[in-house]
Amino acid sequence: MSDNAYKDRIPVSQQALVIENNEPEKIGGTINIEINGTPYKVPFGMTILESCKMHNIHIPTLCFHEDLCIAGVCRICLVEVEGMRTLQASCAYPITQSIKIHTSSEKVRKARRHILDLMISDHYGECYSCNRNNNCELQKLAKEYGVDFYRYGHVQEPFYEVDKSSYSVVRDMNKCILCRRCVRTCIDLQEVGALDAVNRGYDTKITTFLDKPLAEVICINCGQCINRCPTGALRANDPSDEIWEAIDNPQKHVVIQTAPSPRAAIGEEFGLPAGTSLTNELNTALKMIGFDKVFDTNFTADLTIMEEGTELLLRLKSALVDKDPNVKLPQFTSCSPGWVKYIEHFYPEYLDHLSTAKSPQQMFGAVIKTFYAQEENIDPANIVSVALMPCSAKKFECNRPEMDSSGFKDVDYGLTTRELAQMIKEAGIYLPELSKSKFDEPFGEASGAGLIFGATGGVMEAALRTAYELVTGRPVPFENLEVLPCRGMEGVRQASVHLENVKPEWSFLEGVDLNFMIAHGTANAEKVMEALRRGELNDIHFIEVMACPGGCIGGGGQPIPTSLEIRKKRAEAIYKEDEGLPIRKSHENPHVQYIYEKFLTDGPCGHLSHKLLHTGYVKRGSYIA
Amino acid sequence: MLVSEINTLTEEISSLVEKYGAGRQSLLPILQEIQIRYGHISDVAQQEIARLLDIHPVEVYGVTTFYSFLNTTKRAKYNIRLCKTISCDLTNKDGIARALERELGIKFGEISSDEKYSLAYVSCLGMCDQGPAMLINNQVYSKLTPRKVVEILDQIKGR
Repeated sequence: MSDNAYKDRIPVSQQALVIENNEPEKIGGTINIEINGTPYKVPFGMTILESCKMHNIHIPTLCFHEDLCIAGVCRICLVEVEGMRTLQASCAYPITQSIKIHTSSEKVRKARRHILDLMISDHYGECYSCNRNNNCELQKLAKEYGVDFYRYGHVQEPFYEVDKSSYSVVRDMNKCILCRRCVRTCIDLQEVGALDAVNRGYDTKITTFLDKPLAEVICINCGQCINRCPTGALRANDPSDEIWEAIDNPQKHVVIQTAPSPRAAIGEEFGLPAGTSLTNELNTALKMIGFDKVFDTNFTADLTIMEEGTELLLRLKSALVDKDPNVKLPQFTSCSPGWVKYIEHFYPEYLDHLSTAKSPQQMFGAVIKTFYAQEENIDPANIVSVALMPCSAKKFECNRPEMDSSGFKDVDYGLTTRELAQMIKEAGIYLPELSKSKFDEPFGEASGAGLIFGATGGVMEAALRTAYELVTGRPVPFENLEVLPCRGMEGVRQASVHLENVKPEWSFLEGVDLNFMIAHGTANAEKVMEALRRGELNDIHFIEVMACPGGCIGGGGQPIPTSLEIRKKRAEAIYKEDEGLPIRKSHENPHVQYIYEKFLTDGPCGHLSHKLLHTGYVKRGSYIA
Repeated sequence: MLVSEINTLTEEISSLVEKYGAGRQSLLPILQEIQIRYGHISDVAQQEIARLLDIHPVEVYGVTTFYSFLNTTKRAKYNIRLCKTISCDLTNKDGIARALERELGIKFGEISSDEKYSLAYVSCLGMCDQGPAMLINNQVYSKLTPRKVVEILDQIKGR
């Protein structure tokens, strides 16, 4: 029997699609296709979804996220390709032939509606009691596709217990639609691997190793999974009820410190475009809500630079002058609690490389309940210290048992940008229209160096601005203090600064090239650590790592959604604000000078600052008991 | 687990990794060998495999739970699996199920208290022409009748 005769016996529906190839098969060329009857030219190999996006044709998506690899599991982006027996997932279909696509034929619409109905039949949760109400992708699709009844029923009772074990991330698997965005985030983007899909078929669920509570497995609390969850299945552990209670209690003196990143992003929660800075409006809102004092975390970011920078110079001195073989270089930054937990789990043998300086949040906590309480004559027991952070890991950090150097819990609550936006709305305030007001004394002013901590490379830039000037007496040799090699969104960046004509007390640094590296996202941190393990980074002196892609501005507590575009805009907003500030170097901050004069009298890395502003780390390891 | 037990396990997994290669594609064959040798893949084994293949433990757990023939917990000496698919169902699977439950005194999904027998349903065993069919460990029994089930179980019990 000839091949052709055999082919004729295959039912038409089972025959392979053959399209005459009239286009050159090469990457980089273009190809003619037809979408909904209109001809288009698209790059060879581009997916149907991307091609449609390029030409403003809307295709709904759910498991697709531009930060993540393609999964093709949710099937909501199905389209009809003429000649093919089944509908195709447009996100996972690279165009290599001139095909004809229909994005909203009857077959497509019906299939999408059925897929949605099936998802909803499994999705327990009443929208009005969900924290993603009005910002839920499933809800939005249900509206878009006119879901007006439960075709396949609806879950009446929750099936899984909500996992509230973690200080940072709450998992409510009843709302999970198995899109696996969190899995791809955790494994590919962050290289942590806390979550994966287990079991099969109807029993499939997203869970941890051995189905353990999140607090018992290896999770760095970065909250990137929260930012990418399309529904309310993952959320941050919300302390706003406790904070309201403290505000309503007249005996309590409630202070809040606000990190640089939330102010560049909170506008998004009020419908403003990404990259709108609302620093001073936010101060007014916080006062209106009832916080007694509003402080700027940038102040302790400046303090961090003084401490961490001094620590680096001390390490360099013992390495170059004393030739101490035990000194650990490169030094890592320790501002990112996600990164700290990452290195504690995966590279505990390198913990000595981590700067012992606390993060700005914890420094401020310690300063508020000691120095501030003393200056203002308030009993620290009555102070409730809240930290507005772009971060879910900060919630874990403030609950670390060692964070009580003031004699009390240094920071009582970590609050995320999203949760504060909710509190502001609850107080009946429309943030963008508020008048502007300043931060409160005695920490009223902070430098632009502290502000740029929010973006990846910011800590490094701030440190260079101070360290270079400290050593040479001249400002860092970049136009307008913009240390451009530090900026950008590349995963791992490396640069160096040459030290010349140094002050006599730093003569050992004469002619030294200060080599530094920057990594953001723990998958990139892993690359750096592996290079370090292979001994390739012996000439590097200082490495900045932030656990979240883009740095704090892309943190797990920031407004949802997130994308590279959004993160770039938030970073721009921070850099722009830095440009307009009168003080842009940490050591020039008068309040920093004041606190070293009045309180931390033995200077950076002195005895008292070691007690209050430095910490130790735990070798956690990666074994799950 | 005792430290010496963990060490033997690690050694064994290392030799398996050497045999099959250190990529993630070696995961399934390694899991199968550990399953055959130990009857289950313990959490320590899963983490050791993950470590040696440079993947995350939860990925190993995900694969192990995906396959019915890979277990994460200790199993009985005799694992009895009854085919639940349609052709066996039409040839009196339910009668066989009742006979098994009655003879063993346990329900489906359970393990007997002496850890000798476990009872579970499986999807198609590929014996559709000879249903109802069941599997005891690696041995297939087909064209079952309740009477035949009693005889088979008596034989096993006598061992």
